[in-house]
Amino acid sequence: MNALVPLPVLLPLCATGLSLAFGTRLKQLQRLISVAVLSAVLGLSVTLMIAADTSGPLTVHLGDFAPPLGITLVADRLSGLMLTVSSAVTLCVLVYSLGQGMTDREEETPVAVFHPAYLILVAGVSCTFLAGDLVNLYVGFEIMLVASFVLLTLGGTGPRIRAGSTYVIISLFSSMLFLTAIAMTYAATGTANFAQLAGRLAALPLGVQTLIQAILLTVFAIKAAVFPLAAWLPDSYPTAPAPVTAVFAGLLTKVGVYCMLRTETLLFPGNRLGDLLMAAALASMVVGILGAVAQTDLKRLLSFTLISHIGYMVFGIGLATRDAYSGAIVYVAHHITVQTTLFLVAGLIERRGGTTELTRIGGLAKAAPLLALLFFVPAMNLAGIPPLSGFIGKLGLMRAGVADGSVWAWILVTGSAVTSLLTLYVIAKVWNLAFWRAAPPGQAVDGTVLEADSDEDDDEEGEGPDHIPGTGDEPVRPRHQPAGRAVAATLHGHAVTTTTKLPRPMTGATAAAVALGLAFTVFAGPLTSYTDRAAAELIARTPYVQAVLGR
Amino acid sequence: MTVSVALLATAAVLCAVGGILMLTRPLTRILLGAVIAGNGINLLVLAAGGRAGAEPLLYGVPLGRVTDPLPQAIALTAIVITLATTAFLLAMAYRSHQLTGTDEVHDDLEDRRIALRAEVLGERDELRDAYRAASDVTDQERTRYREERRRLRARLRADRALQARGRDATGDLWHDVLGADPEDYAQLRAHVEDTDPGATG
Repeated sequence: MNALVPLPVLLPLCATGLSLAFGTRLKQLQRLISVAVLSAVLGLSVTLMIAADTSGPLTVHLGDFAPPLGITLVADRLSGLMLTVSSAVTLCVLVYSLGQGMTDREEETPVAVFHPAYLILVAGVSCTFLAGDLVNLYVGFEIMLVASFVLLTLGGTGPRIRAGSTYVIISLFSSMLFLTAIAMTYAATGTANFAQLAGRLAALPLGVQTLIQAILLTVFAIKAAVFPLAAWLPDSYPTAPAPVTAVFAGLLTKVGVYCMLRTETLLFPGNRLGDLLMAAALASMVVGILGAVAQTDLKRLLSFTLISHIGYMVFGIGLATRDAYSGAIVYVAHHITVQTTLFLVAGLIERRGGTTELTRIGGLAKAAPLLALLFFVPAMNLAGIPPLSGFIGKLGLMRAGVADGSVWAWILVTGSAVTSLLTLYVIAKVWNLAFWRAAPPGQAVDGTVLEADSDEDDDEEGEGPDHIPGTGDEPVRPRHQPAGRAVAATLHGHAVTTTTKLPRPMTGATAAAVALGLAFTVFAGPLTSYTDRAAAELIARTPYVQAVLGR
Repeated sequence: MTVSVALLATAAVLCAVGGILMLTRPLTRILLGAVIAGNGINLLVLAAGGRAGAEPLLYGVPLGRVTDPLPQAIALTAIVITLATTAFLLAMAYRSHQLTGTDEVHDDLEDRRIALRAEVLGERDELRDAYRAASDVTDQERTRYREERRRLRARLRADRALQARGRDATGDLWHDVLGADPEDYAQLRAHVEDTDPGATG
């Protein structure tokens, strides 16, 4: 069983090679490979999750080198659950993007780039979830980030390059910080392996420990978009193609949360920075949701709710009790699914109504009842209406907060209740504007070809992207992009054609994601008992350390 | 553990230079900054290995005296990753240059709106102060003052209209918040244009 552990990383990487080799010549085969590999990864993840639950953490020392030298991959309960949820979501998004690509009849290169980059992203995410040492975690992050750079700037249109540069620079900075933290840890302890660090960090002076912890937390907070470090997110995510935004919003930020969970429990037990984390969580929740209230573009609005709801998970990590960790893990699983689904629905709305700018669309409940249903269920789930899984996650966290009983915990419980009410308000506003009211006069009718931004530079004769650069005579075009405009583009950046009949694979994939979100509600009992066991394992630390070091 | 001061000092200088370059606007400078700071951090990683010893070979060298090979492996990995990122950033700077004629990182949309709003409001306040300070106001001055104010309001309104492509700029914020029907917009439009809610009283 242990031999299965590296496969979620290896399979997508090998498939990337195949995918690149086939290129655009055999598009069907390329699609088939991607779907088959991601299905296989999903199967493997479920197997790993069940095996880790029944027989304790699974470990592999790559190349059979012992821990301090070799690379260790570990799959415990937390990793197993994260892998399962992430691979289910990535599979849904892949099917959705296939539907989108096929409908748009994308003939050119970007699809050839999309599949390999997407597979590498999946490999990177799996690698971070399975990493058993800091260096491998760093490498997993980097694999994921480089793939996400490519996906975010797909098509190379003006707005995407602008948004992409912010994202790239921030990611680059956080990677440097991470590398510095690794250097510090290695200098202080002589190892980067989690299991060994768990033993050795406790022997260090308190100041050194706290310094390392603070730097690592900063790095992960940038990735997870926790409030003071979240400014990059609402600017960079919405301009990407819908499936890319969906997978980024769902997964990439949660990778940061996962790393926080892992390091706070395994490396730095005792919760020394708990109050700081809780303050950040409160600020994230409140500022994020107030940002969402102010937005009128659906994708930007959803990005702000994303920041806000990261606060819930950080709240769980800051409380650091068994119930709190369990609640945070449930919330991570729930939020990955729901946030991805909502962004997929935003893509469908864009296709139906021509834009995601809420003031320009309306009447969708009557015109597209299925779309309304697909939006309504995950939206209510996000707001935490009982009996959906959002409610279960929030309830778990609040109960843990009340049980803790400290002042900060009570403030946070109040804050999270207010935040979920405000989320409901935001969702109601979206519902009211996009679905419930009559269609505004200027709404795009069926078959409208919307201007995509990329076409702009082709309009002027002789000034396409092929003019000789560096001669200094290119016109400087100050960009003043209206919010609704930058997003009206497909994977490649072509114009979107609105349709009344939504493409079946896209609707199907979205429905599957909605169903996955509902499954968390139906199987809430097994899920919460599983996360409870996972939290117990995280707090105990010994199963992990013993499995890696073999003592 | 003994650490070479020269190594640390070089790393600190490189990180400082890189950090300053990364705070600038043009992507190419940021790229240079990232490369320099990356090298500085690689030196830090090397310094984490302690003092230099013999070559880390398996045979022929006494095991107790070899250099720690692990930081070197980590630094190598980091160098490769920096190379990939550098290539991507270069491509992005070039594409940005192709599209806009510069490779500067542009402002966030919201930032630009806020800045514009602050500028317009500042100008308006200045104008009002000057107008009120004047002791005797002729009709001509009054009309000029009104015109100026109208121009400023039009600027904000045009920006808002641009923001929500094609949206009618006379809209009321509350209609966005509450989700009004389009007819309400139509009814309100005539009303908003002839009253002047911002006029000085």
